[in-house]
Amino acid sequence: MDFRPTSDQQALRATARRFLAARFPRDRLRRTVDADAAAGADDRLDRGLWRALGEAGFFSLRLPEKEGGAGLGMPEAVLVFEEAGRALVPGPMAATHVAAGLVPGAADGAAVVTALDGPGVVEHLASADAVLLTGGPTVHVLPAGRGPRPAPDLPTTVPLRPLDPTTPLHRIPGPLPGDAGQRLTGTDAQQLRLHATLLTAAQQLGSAARTLDMAVEHARNRKQFGRPIGAFQAVQHVCSRMLARTDLARSGVYAASVTMTVSEVSAAKLLADEAAVRNARDCLQLHGGMGFSWEADVHLHLKRAWVRREQWQPPAQAEELLALALLDDGGIAPRNV
Amino acid sequence: MDLTDTEDERDFRLRLRDWLRRTLPTLPPPPPAHDWPARRAYDCGWQRALYDAGYAGLHWPTEAGGHGATPAVHLIFLEETERAGAPYVGANFVGLLHAGPTIAAEGTPAQRARWLPAILRGDEVWCQGFSEPEAGSDLAALRTWAVREDDTYVVTGSKIWTSHAEVADWCELLVRTDSAAPRHKGISWLAMPMSAPGVTVRPLRTLAGSTEFAELVLDRVSVPVGHRVGEENDGWRVSMVTLSFERGTAFAGEVVACRRTLADMARTARDNGRWDDSSLRRRLGRLNAQFTALWRMTQWHACAGDAPRTGAAAVSGSVFKLLYSHARQELYDTAADLLGPAALDAGHPWTAARLSSLSYTIAAGTSQIQQNIIAERGLGLPKGR
Repeated sequence: MDFRPTSDQQALRATARRFLAARFPRDRLRRTVDADAAAGADDRLDRGLWRALGEAGFFSLRLPEKEGGAGLGMPEAVLVFEEAGRALVPGPMAATHVAAGLVPGAADGAAVVTALDGPGVVEHLASADAVLLTGGPTVHVLPAGRGPRPAPDLPTTVPLRPLDPTTPLHRIPGPLPGDAGQRLTGTDAQQLRLHATLLTAAQQLGSAARTLDMAVEHARNRKQFGRPIGAFQAVQHVCSRMLARTDLARSGVYAASVTMTVSEVSAAKLLADEAAVRNARDCLQLHGGMGFSWEADVHLHLKRAWVRREQWQPPAQAEELLALALLDDGGIAPRNV
Repeated sequence: MDLTDTEDERDFRLRLRDWLRRTLPTLPPPPPAHDWPARRAYDCGWQRALYDAGYAGLHWPTEAGGHGATPAVHLIFLEETERAGAPYVGANFVGLLHAGPTIAAEGTPAQRARWLPAILRGDEVWCQGFSEPEAGSDLAALRTWAVREDDTYVVTGSKIWTSHAEVADWCELLVRTDSAAPRHKGISWLAMPMSAPGVTVRPLRTLAGSTEFAELVLDRVSVPVGHRVGEENDGWRVSMVTLSFERGTAFAGEVVACRRTLADMARTARDNGRWDDSSLRRRLGRLNAQFTALWRMTQWHACAGDAPRTGAAAVSGSVFKLLYSHARQELYDTAADLLGPAALDAGHPWTAARLSSLSYTIAAGTSQIQQNIIAERGLGLPKGR
């Protein structure tokens, strides 16, 4: 057993971080935020960025090499998705990743694929080329377009004023058509959901790690009463708990990427959601008045964390699954895979 | 990232399982909770069985009498013994987890030879004399002092929260040997025989009704200078070498046990009808996530055991302890909600565990101190006030 990332895995993570720093730096995020805020929900996802993510392997890295992928596994995918979450890359990344190899163009980022896991909301529908329906026993794919009705096969699509300025949302009231679109044969719906759930958890983990860094940097530099606010225990203890919940979520996410059991993936998502949301809240609080401003980035992390929390197994669903797993000893006994 | 046993780890696991299956049925029945001499005998008998089978001091260095096992193998030992329902380390806790490793790291060859084999065989029991009535979280404020008279230290003062003092042979003692020096610089580490004249043990009853703790009153107790481990006035550093020892994995067995308790709680809820309450179910589910991740974090720390510890890694033990102690309290609070009025019976094991869980956020560094450590050493925040 060696749970630590290998040197190759560490190098992959570092490469992903450098790539995102160059391709999606903060000013780019802020331009997206302000452009989207001005344009409303109709704005398009940045196709150039999506292509670049595709070319860098964010969507294809688990595909076999003969299909244009890198033949890597979930541990590697989780590390690069953590970096994407840290940089707040917008878009349906988890859905496009799990669509790679199933929906043409997803693997190389030529296509934007979003997903609907049941009645509720769907992100970036107006930008998407396809929608995965993943709520049932089989996976279906619907075409999405750029007309007055972004997904003609869905009965009703109501655009929302998006809470997260970089994640346009449509509301899809149920029930969904059971046989809509094209059924993807040979695809295990449960596996696909597990992968997307864990990749979303990885993004939440990255966001939690980032807001921890932001809070600590602010606490070191911001002076009040003649000293850095980080010298006050009241502030220190908030930061310490942010670190603790980030580390717990990281243990859960990394372990789930290795075992891929249903209950470990649920645990990872639950803990990563909590880390992302609560760290963003704490970071906001520690920033004081600036934390409440549009200009500071912390609200972007909070809003994105709220969105991701509702996607792919929201907490109530994860908790119910984890409770049920307790009645089945398979969910308890430490497994050595 | 790999959570699979290597071939050696798997062999070790299977051999250990087999030995446990054969050995546990031969153990005598556990003694009553309040009979400390009987408990000492039971705990030492178990330690002797481990010694004879080659499992004592598994991860201690070979020059200290151990087997030099990797942290991952040691973790397998903790996991499998707990899963098999083997006895706890009990009275041998201080000897095996603190005093012994301290002597192994800082003692002379003669000191190692004197004390370590007896700890590993379960022949001698140690207790810890660190905390004082006026020195708890601020341990360096300790005032018990030792005056050197030729080849002996004459020790006077008092210690508190000493577990197993009644049945211990030795006490690892922190004393002030230079009252003029800065507080961390005037402390020495001594091995004090509990049978020495002038040692008085006063049992201390906890809120759980138990008496594993005692107060020590030391009145001109003579300790040979040769029982000092490390240099005179270097005792703070000596004790800290191992104070964080295994903080990352010290609770490994308990995490395994908590996960089993959680499964028992779910079955109890199903049987008593509380399962229909979705808020209770969701709390159980959340605890499952927490203890699953705590177990994985333990494995992470075991694997990182040999790596240089800087930044956040240096405080991983504090992070774990902070999370685990609160999760444990939440576990037994949930058990109480699940039991309803039955939880008011102090004889119920979950109620007893709920009471004892209250010490977890206090003992071995309060949650507040852990958060200070994490902030200052892990996150590099300025020293607090």
